Amino acid sequence: MNKMQIVLNGIIKNNPTFVLVLGMCPTLGTTTSAINGLGMGVATMAVLIMSNLVISLIKNLIPDKVRIPAFIVVIASFVTIIQMLMQAYVPSLYSALGVFIPLIVVNCIILGRAEAFASKNGALDSVLDGVGIGLGFTLSLTVIGAVREILGSGAIFGVSLGIADYMPLVFVLAPGAFFVLGYLMVLFNKFAKK
Amino acid sequence: MELSYFAIIIGAIFVNNVVFAQFLGICPFLGVSSKVDTSIGMGAAVTFVMALASIVAWSIQEFILVPFQIEYMQTIVFILVIAALVQMVEIILKKVSPSLYQALGIFLPLITTNCAVLGVAILMIQKEYNLLQSFVFSVATAIGFAMALVIFAGIRERLELDGVPAALKGNPIALITAAILAMAFMGFSGLV
Repeated sequence: MNKMQIVLNGIIKNNPTFVLVLGMCPTLGTTTSAINGLGMGVATMAVLIMSNLVISLIKNLIPDKVRIPAFIVVIASFVTIIQMLMQAYVPSLYSALGVFIPLIVVNCIILGRAEAFASKNGALDSVLDGVGIGLGFTLSLTVIGAVREILGSGAIFGVSLGIADYMPLVFVLAPGAFFVLGYLMVLFNKFAKK
Repeated sequence: MELSYFAIIIGAIFVNNVVFAQFLGICPFLGVSSKVDTSIGMGAAVTFVMALASIVAWSIQEFILVPFQIEYMQTIVFILVIAALVQMVEIILKKVSPSLYQALGIFLPLITTNCAVLGVAILMIQKEYNLLQSFVFSVATAIGFAMALVIFAGIRERLELDGVPAALKGNPIALITAAILAMAFMGFSGLV
């Protein structure tokens, strides 16, 4: 497979959020603003790339029967590393994302890619797949976060647009997450999935 | 932290409903909620595992992770414990109660990747609950999850029969329905 194709596949054709509909919990839970969505996406992408790399390297050493627990341990180790790094260097983002950082472990995208791609392909391809899917996830989260931030608090990436007083706050609350994701999915179905 | 059990129960079921307010367990929520029967099965299986997992996770945190000062291992240890627990429950149920196994069987493996179980374990440690509070909190959360699932399945069964525009079919309309339900659940905020 073409290297560029692997990356592009993850962004459009296999977009984890809008097409595969995986990893919904962080998608809905952390996208109260564009910056939170971006942070969550990048954290997930980092874990995904590292776990894809390691799993593709050790795939021949793992007995087939215990591969899922083995994958989970690899993923959980990287999540713990990311968790500690974020706590040390971006404490405000760490507290904004809260429980969703340790929950990257159970993000079905990561285990799904380990099982469906990294356990069958070489190291370089697996890393590229991680980059593609990770970028797709990050982009989706950032877009959802940006839409909710504009509609809900009249700002973008924390920069006020001066229209905060006229915006319905509900978009940064729980129902807004479902609404925005639902309607963005409709748009994606209509225009991108052809 | 002194919090009455009643407040924990009402808080976990209605005010901070896991699905509509905390966004945990969305995958099974969207995946298994197309029929009322299956969602009751899923709800029962989750309640069972979550109650067990909360006791085990609390004990591990209190007697192993804290005394040895390895709290940073929390994520790895908890997910392994939950995975092992689910497997164990499956084996025991198969032996002890085949009929219950028949009813819950297919849902059990799915629960390992239900982020609500791990989420509740982490949340109850964060909130510094004692053992009994943790147990009550996890059971109430699971009841909230089951309730959300059953309500949603009821609505989706009706939606199947309605003429939904093509682009909205499937997940989008489910999400928009969930948005309206979440708005209804916002009515509970401020109760506790």
